[in-house]
Amino acid sequence: MSILLDKNTRVIVQGFTGKIGSFHAEDMKRYGTNVVGGVTPGKGGHTHLGMPVFNTVKGAAQETGADASIVFVPPPFAADSIMEAADAGIRLCVCITDGIPSQDMIRVKRYMRRYRFEDRMTLIGPNCAGMITPGEALMGIMPGSIYLPGRIGIVGRSGTLGYEAASQMKALGIGVSTSVGIGGDPVNGSSFKDMLELFEQDPNTDAVLMIGEIGGPQEAEAALWARDHMKKPLIAYIAGLSAPKGRRMGHAGAIISAFGESAQEKVELLKRAGVTIVPTPSSFGETVAEVLSVMNKAA
Amino acid sequence: MDIHEYQAKELLSRYQIHIPRGGLAYSPEQAAYRASEIGGDRWVVKAQIHSGARGKAGGIKLCSSDHEIVAAADAMLGAKLVTHQTGPQGKLVSRLYIEEAMDIEREIYLGFVLDRKSERIMIVASSSGGMEIEEIAEAEPDSIIRATVDPGVGMQDFQAREIVFGLGIDNALIGRATQTLLGCYRAFVDYDAAMLEINPLVVTRRGDLVALDAKMSFDENALFRRPHIAEMRDKSQEDQRETYASDRGLSYVGLEGNIGCIINGAGLAMATMDMIKIAGGEPANFLDIGGGASPERVAKSFRAVLRDRQVETILVNIFAGINRCDWVAEGVIKALREVGVPVPLVVRLSGTNMDEGRRILAESGEDIIVAETLAEAADKAVEAWRAFSANKAA
Repeated sequence: MSILLDKNTRVIVQGFTGKIGSFHAEDMKRYGTNVVGGVTPGKGGHTHLGMPVFNTVKGAAQETGADASIVFVPPPFAADSIMEAADAGIRLCVCITDGIPSQDMIRVKRYMRRYRFEDRMTLIGPNCAGMITPGEALMGIMPGSIYLPGRIGIVGRSGTLGYEAASQMKALGIGVSTSVGIGGDPVNGSSFKDMLELFEQDPNTDAVLMIGEIGGPQEAEAALWARDHMKKPLIAYIAGLSAPKGRRMGHAGAIISAFGESAQEKVELLKRAGVTIVPTPSSFGETVAEVLSVMNKAA
Repeated sequence: MDIHEYQAKELLSRYQIHIPRGGLAYSPEQAAYRASEIGGDRWVVKAQIHSGARGKAGGIKLCSSDHEIVAAADAMLGAKLVTHQTGPQGKLVSRLYIEEAMDIEREIYLGFVLDRKSERIMIVASSSGGMEIEEIAEAEPDSIIRATVDPGVGMQDFQAREIVFGLGIDNALIGRATQTLLGCYRAFVDYDAAMLEINPLVVTRRGDLVALDAKMSFDENALFRRPHIAEMRDKSQEDQRETYASDRGLSYVGLEGNIGCIINGAGLAMATMDMIKIAGGEPANFLDIGGGASPERVAKSFRAVLRDRQVETILVNIFAGINRCDWVAEGVIKALREVGVPVPLVVRLSGTNMDEGRRILAESGEDIIVAETLAEAADKAVEAWRAFSANKAA
């Protein structure tokens, strides 16, 4: 197994009949993902790409037995779609949409707390590339071919920087158990720490690569949790060494606005927590390889 | 997105927050006229720029005659004010706000921010107003009061009261102060603000509670549903390179270096800039070209990067996920021929069909330095920049 997603996960697509939703629904299906249908309000009863379309997530979940959804709904309506998934009993929701207002996400996070922790949906994203369990299933927009199946977990904010890391690892023959993009927004569904907890429990993950960036408290929180609770090695990179204070670097959340949010400060904190640092963005592969060789010698 | 002080005050006054009487002026004559409209015998002339710390930079002047107002206005209008928040290039003053002067008894700091840890709106208050919050946190950390609001029910009266009592505000002003706090919270939510700061909020000798300064910035992702806020954008306060790029749908941040960057994805863009720095260079900009990297977008990006006269080399780094490197390579060549790039160009393509993409670049006959890895791309860009720069000097 991997974390959250495997070939048995039954996936529906919210925003199914739109251009982007259609394109990625086919791409995910081609990769082997068990896509079972989709939701577009007002188009229920139709068939799209050979799969059923539903008006509501509840309807789709009841008819198809879907337990996961991926959201391609435009920003003004995306928060509502996430809450609809949560209320329909969806277990895993990946939201790709970029540009959701922060206050909408605050509301989403508050709303999800109405469910008991055990029943609460896991939200990945928004503003992310999604997730992949190589060789099994893809719930996202990343190119499946750059991920080799294997035993390293990846969690990162960025899409393409995550591809860079995965392809450097692939070049050295190192594979990935699951790769999760938690997204670049200031208020997001799952944090770095949430994913580390899952990777720590996953018997098919040996070590975790965390790809962080400037802004926000999540890398620090994850590092402290890892120091106190994690037995598996944690390797990390923080992007934004040359980012000036107070300027937003593309991602809505990539802005240094308080002490401890710069790349240098985060790297210091991670080092002190015993995390192995990837020194440059061209050494993801070799740093992971070094950690693995130390582990193998110890074993 | 930031707005001016006078705009923030106008928004806040709709929520029953008291502000000094004031008016906007675009010329010294208008400034004097505004003062006569306001009445009284002392006024403050305030430069409207998107930055704090205006006082120290000469952007706020207390005046007690027409003559003084005209002189202050004349000095400020058209000048570039440099504060520690504007960077060395400063910000152009083209609007002034003229206000009645207040007799101040005490100054309070009041701020509302989005707290990323609790994922809620947080109120930050301190009885040590007038200083910047970073200074207060350093000098008077115990004076800072914090509270977060449950988004399910909004800010409650008792929360406002607790803060008001914590600030030691006079009994006579408790009602006014509570109203002020609740009003700020409602304005923050109603306008999708990202930050709201009243510093200082003053208790006047006449026993009123007045927002002497006000600063607001807004969540750009929410501007689609706040059109009247979007209209408040003042492009003269932005870096012109950034305005050009954002008007063309590109995510761009201007920096001080010489190596222009065109990259897909915010994280990879930051990482590539880091790599340039590690290789001994300085990036001229952050630019995320976005998902498609179509020939049109590549051409737009070249134009945006080249508007910066400091740029002496361009590094293109594209990791093709959904699209293909051969297609991106063709786009780069097309854009290159269309735009004309008078500086060295380093291109690194990676991902789907990368061998084909590299072959197209190499066989194009164009002067393109092709790199395979991120490290190689940064090294080659820094090397090309050094050679170009040395040549230019000689």
